Amino acid sequence: MAGSESIQISKPRWLLAELTYACPLQCPYCSNPVDFASHGNELDTEDWLRVLSEARSMGAVQLGFSGGEPLVRQDLSVLVRHARELGYYSNLITSAYGLSEDRIVELKEAGLDHIQVSIQASSRDLNDHIAGTASFDKKCEVAHQIKKHGYPMVLCVVIHKQNIHQMESILDMAAELGADYVELANTQYYGWAHLNRDNLLPTREEFRKAEAIAQSYKEKMKGRMKIYYVVPDYYEDRPKACMNGWGTTFLTIAPDGMALPCHSARILPGLAFPNVRQMSIREIWEESNAFNKFRGDSWMKEPCRSCPEKSRDFGGCRCQAYLLTGEATNADPVCSLSPDHDKVLDAINSAASHPQQQKEQAVIFRNPENSRRFSS
Amino acid sequence: MALDDNSIFCFSPIYRLQWEEAQQKDVLLYPEGMVELNQSSAEILKLCDGSRTLNELVAELEGKFSTSGLRTDICEFIEIALENGWIRINSD
Repeated sequence: MAGSESIQISKPRWLLAELTYACPLQCPYCSNPVDFASHGNELDTEDWLRVLSEARSMGAVQLGFSGGEPLVRQDLSVLVRHARELGYYSNLITSAYGLSEDRIVELKEAGLDHIQVSIQASSRDLNDHIAGTASFDKKCEVAHQIKKHGYPMVLCVVIHKQNIHQMESILDMAAELGADYVELANTQYYGWAHLNRDNLLPTREEFRKAEAIAQSYKEKMKGRMKIYYVVPDYYEDRPKACMNGWGTTFLTIAPDGMALPCHSARILPGLAFPNVRQMSIREIWEESNAFNKFRGDSWMKEPCRSCPEKSRDFGGCRCQAYLLTGEATNADPVCSLSPDHDKVLDAINSAASHPQQQKEQAVIFRNPENSRRFSS
Repeated sequence: MALDDNSIFCFSPIYRLQWEEAQQKDVLLYPEGMVELNQSSAEILKLCDGSRTLNELVAELEGKFSTSGLRTDICEFIEIALENGWIRINSD
């Protein structure tokens, strides 16, 4: 385009392959879109094999098989084998529900590098309640089998108001299960989590306490188990450098073939995201309007445009700006410099004053019925 | 951690070291992450395969690059690699 600023386009490094939106669990903070039930028409095996090859030739090296629950796909080991041949480091991101020992061995043999298991809480009752499915015992059994067969294992626990008091026992559980890494992922409020925010967002005091415990375990477990702490951005002064910048590093392919710069981006209006059924990964990454939309900083408004920190955080998250302000080009309101920062403070106050006794009933579980109900 | 002349280093099974054509670099891959390596770091890690003592490793690299006096730099990097868990001391 004449007159437009020329932006150096980097290569994708991370490919997130969301193989399906089907999942046996119903976690109310699921990162899938609320309207997932209306996006059927899953890619077939041939499509995925082609996507893996094309993204690898573009430079992608980390590959996440995710969902929904990727184990639902019967062709998973075919995809894993192809990924290994191409030289990807492949990560299976799973609930572990429905993972048999035979399949653990089969995937290992196909070349799977690592398994990330999600656990919802450190106690059976709470885990099974949050997951919407009795799954705690099975998850623990599978975690032991994963280690038995020599995989590195990440245990991922999404942290929110209902389990944050378990921080200490969650970390003890992770050590007992033999996790190499534990990811303490404070809930990010998109999709289902945004819908359930009043029930999920802890108070500042709850965060401080939990974070202090996580920090003390970092020291205590040094050399044995690494702890990743995903910060609760509502309580930060500056936004996260979301996706390391739009269209710089991350490429998500949704179950229906839609290509996205992050897994939440399909909520953004007016972007006409490309589909791998119609375009090659190279065309999508380099030429599509959607992937170029928020590259560089010429799209920014004030206060980001003149901010000395804009090259560090890229103005934060486009999805969060849209969800909280109605306009994706605004500064992420998590930033204390944003004129919309009061919307984050309002959300914190709203969650803190949400009546306790109503919480249980009010949680909206992630399932196809609720997906149709809340997206119509 | 004290490094002994006869220490033997093994590469951690959690990590994978490979050449990335797109980046023209060796990289260390691990669950959901990647470290880009410079050439000398990669050369050291490639020799941490459980078959050499520290003395042999230093001698091999000095021979390969036709130079001497690499020991301090090599030990410095090995300390970092141990600290990060990329390699382990083989205690057999």
